[in-house]
Amino acid sequence: MSAEVALSRLERAWQVLDGVLDPEVPVVSVRDLGIVRDVVEDDGGGLEVVVTPTYSGCPATEVIEQSIVDALVADGLGPVRVRMQRAPAWTTDWMSDSGRAKLRAYGISPPQHLGAGDAVPMRFVPRRRVEALACPRCESVDTERIAAFGATACKALWRCRACGEPFEQFKAI
Amino acid sequence: MTATTASASIRVSTDPTVQYLLRIGDTCLVMAQRLGEWSGRAPTLEEDIALSNTGLDLLGQARGVLTRAGQIEAERGGNAYDEDQLAFLRDERDYLNLTLVELPRGDFAVTVLRNFLMATFLKHLWHRLERSSDAELAGVAAKAVKEARYHQEHAADWVVRLGDGTGESTARVKTALDHLWPYTAEIFEADAVDDAAVASGLGPRWADLRDEWRADVDGVLAAAGLTPPKERLFRSTGKSGRHSEHLGYVLAEMQHLQRTFPGGTW
Repeated sequence: MSAEVALSRLERAWQVLDGVLDPEVPVVSVRDLGIVRDVVEDDGGGLEVVVTPTYSGCPATEVIEQSIVDALVADGLGPVRVRMQRAPAWTTDWMSDSGRAKLRAYGISPPQHLGAGDAVPMRFVPRRRVEALACPRCESVDTERIAAFGATACKALWRCRACGEPFEQFKAI
Repeated sequence: MTATTASASIRVSTDPTVQYLLRIGDTCLVMAQRLGEWSGRAPTLEEDIALSNTGLDLLGQARGVLTRAGQIEAERGGNAYDEDQLAFLRDERDYLNLTLVELPRGDFAVTVLRNFLMATFLKHLWHRLERSSDAELAGVAAKAVKEARYHQEHAADWVVRLGDGTGESTARVKTALDHLWPYTAEIFEADAVDDAAVASGLGPRWADLRDEWRADVDGVLAAAGLTPPKERLFRSTGKSGRHSEHLGYVLAEMQHLQRTFPGGTW
């Protein structure tokens, strides 16, 4: 196989991955999320997709793996293998700008960028002030967190006092 | 789910590396099982979801660590067991979780306080394990440390709210603290398993995490208006396999299906 053909196969694979959506938030792709770390061709002529899980207990992990395999095989790029790679750990900072824009348009407040202080476990300060988020509907920052956990591991529940609407936040980790 | 062919109990070796990993994996697993008991029972819907989500994170962490324990057991000449076999086919005495996590879930104050005490410990443990000589364990830890920090924040918020709340909530969380505190001493009892982990670079001696744990815990308890009870000589011994009377019931419920229908899947 020539280098030129190999390159276009990988490029095509990345394009296909743009269309593989998160089953729980079906507007962002696995590429937008930043969980696909690499796509390589292995010695046996197959594709290996390196994926980093979002949360340890995320039940969507297995579905996402299967969707990646199915989409690439359906596009004639198989055989395909997914390899889980835990380190370095996924962070919401890896989410693309287009992914953040899609989340906002979908009504989910995208994750803030993490400060240096969030990168390591700090000494705990009781009742740490939670930074106000902009409402994804009316953009008011007069918002409050209702619950630290939401419908999925990656989200928290907020409410906008200005427009009265509840909304979800994609937690920054 | 694994296609096991027999429901007979399995035993693992006394290799200190495997034991160290089982202590972590079993602690996360049993705590996840206890938190799962709250599904549909928590005081509010938001907390129901919070407890289930916390349990789910712990279950995911347990899976990563138990998988690694099984691999190392095989590398050192033992049988190759996967996460499911280790979870479903070991008997009570071969579980090495801390006694603290197997105690009944109690009321909401007991659960919230235990979540806080444990998340604080696990946060510091995972942080050290990010630098483990075992790359797989370090990978699990790098992910888990972020989750533990979030769990700690959430639980600590509740400890303060209950302690600094109504007469009823204060009384309940005080009772919970008196009940749970004596079991925290076990976490920091050093032994040969810990020493071996330090020697091989696998992980820290848990006793060495005590000061960091205490600094976090004291800060939150003070904000909640709570004082830890006096230290007692009592020591629980779950991480050596000698448990309270409660673990057997937890395992009976958790393992029942796989023991009755070996290898059953759905």
